[in-house]
Amino acid sequence: MSDNHKVIGRSVPRIDGPEKVTGAAKYTGDLKFPNMLYGKILTSPHAHARIISIDTSEAEKLPGVKAVITHKDVPELKYGLSPARWDENIFCIDKVRFVGDKVAAVACVDEETCYRALKLIKVEYEVLPAVLDFRHAMDEGQPLVHEEYERNINTEIHQEFGDVDKALAEAHHVRTDVFVGQRTYQAPIEPHSAISMWEGEKLTIYSSTQSPHYFQYYIAREFGMPMGDVRIIKPYLGGGFGGKLEPTGLEFAGAVLAKRTGRPVRTFYDRAEMFAHNRGRHAQYMEITTGVDKDGKILAAKANFMMDGGAYTSLGIASAYYAGALLPMTYEFDNYQFDMFRVYTNLPACGAQRGHGAPQPKYAFESHLDNVAADLGIDPMDIRIRNARRPDTVTPNDFRVNSCMMRECLEQVREMSGWDEKKKNLPHGRGIGVATGSFVTGAGYPIYRTDLPHAAAFIKVHEDGTAATLYTGSVDIGQGSDTILCQMAAEAMGYRYEQMKIVAADTEITPLDFGAYASRQTYMSGAAVKQAGEEIKKQLLDMASTMLSLPADDLECEEGVIFSKSREGKSLTFEEVARKHFVLKGPLLGRGAYTPPKLGGSFKGAAVGTSPAYSFGAQVGEVSIDEETGEITVVGIWDVHDCGKVINPRLLHGQVHGALYMGMGESVWEEVLFDDKGRIRNAELANYRLLTAVDMPPIQSEVVNSYEPTGPWGVKEVGEGATNPTLGMFSNAIFDAMGVRVNSLPLTYEKVWRALKEKREKEETIAA
Amino acid sequence: MPQAITDKDGVKRYLITLNVNGDAKTVLVKGNAILTNVLRDELDLTGTKKGCELGDCGSCTILLDGKPVDSCLMLAVEADGREITTIEGVAANGRLDAIQESMINHAAVQCGYCTPGMVLSAKALLTRNPHPTEPEVREAIAGNLCRCTGYVHIVEAVLAASQGRTAPADH
Repeated sequence: MSDNHKVIGRSVPRIDGPEKVTGAAKYTGDLKFPNMLYGKILTSPHAHARIISIDTSEAEKLPGVKAVITHKDVPELKYGLSPARWDENIFCIDKVRFVGDKVAAVACVDEETCYRALKLIKVEYEVLPAVLDFRHAMDEGQPLVHEEYERNINTEIHQEFGDVDKALAEAHHVRTDVFVGQRTYQAPIEPHSAISMWEGEKLTIYSSTQSPHYFQYYIAREFGMPMGDVRIIKPYLGGGFGGKLEPTGLEFAGAVLAKRTGRPVRTFYDRAEMFAHNRGRHAQYMEITTGVDKDGKILAAKANFMMDGGAYTSLGIASAYYAGALLPMTYEFDNYQFDMFRVYTNLPACGAQRGHGAPQPKYAFESHLDNVAADLGIDPMDIRIRNARRPDTVTPNDFRVNSCMMRECLEQVREMSGWDEKKKNLPHGRGIGVATGSFVTGAGYPIYRTDLPHAAAFIKVHEDGTAATLYTGSVDIGQGSDTILCQMAAEAMGYRYEQMKIVAADTEITPLDFGAYASRQTYMSGAAVKQAGEEIKKQLLDMASTMLSLPADDLECEEGVIFSKSREGKSLTFEEVARKHFVLKGPLLGRGAYTPPKLGGSFKGAAVGTSPAYSFGAQVGEVSIDEETGEITVVGIWDVHDCGKVINPRLLHGQVHGALYMGMGESVWEEVLFDDKGRIRNAELANYRLLTAVDMPPIQSEVVNSYEPTGPWGVKEVGEGATNPTLGMFSNAIFDAMGVRVNSLPLTYEKVWRALKEKREKEETIAA
Repeated sequence: MPQAITDKDGVKRYLITLNVNGDAKTVLVKGNAILTNVLRDELDLTGTKKGCELGDCGSCTILLDGKPVDSCLMLAVEADGREITTIEGVAANGRLDAIQESMINHAAVQCGYCTPGMVLSAKALLTRNPHPTEPEVREAIAGNLCRCTGYVHIVEAVLAASQGRTAPADH
């Protein structure tokens, strides 16, 4: 646990900072290739319709149109992200399943011609009744979104651990609450795009992807190609948050259009198409029951959920399991039951959004826990501290927790926010709320079944030792992994951060890494990088040992200087030793790979939620409510996280700020709205409201001094976990301010106003 | 009105001159050509980003005669003869502007997609109001959406630059 680190633990500036602030950084949509064509996808205007015929002849005649393709021109093989349910076609064959489903595509000399061509494709549809309300999707007589999935059930989960009924029967107090979560969208600022090109049988795709490896795997599978003939390159990427984790029609259609025309093709979504592709957070119905003893100690919990999957599976099976799997993380209880139906509807598919599956159940559980605390007259902070998980424990669903400072996070945030003082003295209309969260540090198992390592890395020291290049398949989507991993590499090598270069996220050049999802890279990619760096250092010290005629174990290398630990003055520079190594032994290379240990239990679905380590955090928020209008003003937010050793404090707090920002939007402002035909009513950023700089309250983010024994230098995740407490924290702060609970997200001004109105009317009736 | 040329299919194009980052660039554009697209596709100035094409996100912010505008809401012909600064014109002779340096040092950049627009909005603010208050900074960048940072470090970075500092207090 030594704090003797030279490179990690420091807020070094981002390695990509200068390129990004000058506009030099090239994102996928900024790239241009000679002879490049533009491609667009024709999508369905109906939520559910049979395709009677598609006539592309008029479009083909338009000057400037180079190719028009439909399902007849592409493989029929179904794809998807969850191997248990591959249910999506490149283009719809017999019917369309949501407004925005893929029907055909064009490649043209310019963008304008694409739009003209799309208008000339004649598709005859027979409109079918659609399933738009997920709560009724399983009802008798509802149309089927996919004929092979009865009652529109996509995923069904029934898990029980311990004896829930017995524990509830013996409890001092049992309470049930129902909450509803809304559909939200990741809304990265960069729209998705892909540029596809062929050299003979080899396909290269530049793509705005969070995982070049999964894209390579799924694209190779779809086209029946060896993975070695598919090269995926991620240029700079403008935010993903889970929305760019899976290959889209842009890659599949683009590859076929490029093959057809023999030219590079750039395919891209505009903002409305991004919303239609979606894969955002599932809307969810959540019934929670807990039984507690008289001190508020949780004895058992029951979660009965239902989620709106939309028309396809995407990563939704995992989302469904995650919703229940992560609920028993922050509080200790032995008896737990989780039931879930993820259903198909004729709406855009939902998938993994920051905090995957966990934020809404956490909102429900944290709101419920405050209700329980109110029933028993216990302070919300006290009930959480009383139940807080301890280190070296195992959850009822068999997740092993090593480091855990849940209690310390709560105590620190209590202090920092002035909780006790405020709880006593806040005036009417002001409220304060607390909630906790936890998240995986990388998934214990890959998305498709494989025994490949989860992360790998090489480091090449340049021949004169003045630079070293890290090659990693990990994916910087903005969170800063390129910077963090270079810090880790330099630390392990005994080198300087300023001399590090990085080549990342190119499947032909960089070694395997599963990419940016499940908050995995600092830990998993970091473990591979650390191993690679240590291999370099060992070789250098061996070489220096010969050069200095001293034993290697007497030598150390720090910040580019190799020195004797016992004899002062005996030293060499990293550069001269590296050069000597190159002259005598050839290239100086280091290699590393990381595979997690076998994790989790043996029940169905036991793999989802497993992780080598878990982060924990607590948030407090203070709000002020205008009782006339229901308007919510956020006075301040305090966050304390247990995220293990911090590699770069500024980048870490930036992750907390961003996660909180996203959670705050989901709490009060963001919701994807549909009309009665299944069309999105707010597929743009004026009415899907992302918070602006003037909407943001002061935020204080702190960490506890934590160390995860299994992680490289003790690290854990932070990027997604900090979204998990936020929704519940807002719900509880609003509850504290008004004395009434809004039971559905988002907690809009209108809902707050209505709740206050109902409360007033009830009080007047009682008074009368 | 700029000079118009009609091709054999009857499509009219206009000969316009954009004064971009100090260079006069003459281009032939259709009447419906959006300024963002002309900057990006014709002049290869791809630092001007496309995020929504509706004036909601601010990623395409440029300075037009010194004032920040969403270039996606402007026709290229409307910019004929005007002075344009794109993100590529902010650093002078390879030296970063104080706002750029401050953004880097404060970790105010994450994915970087909003960054060009953010830098230009901040630059316009500090030009007209060299010592803004925090609410003034927030208001000046309120038209630039960032999905990564919660604006915390961005606001810090702009305020620091206005105070002649580019390194954060905790550095």
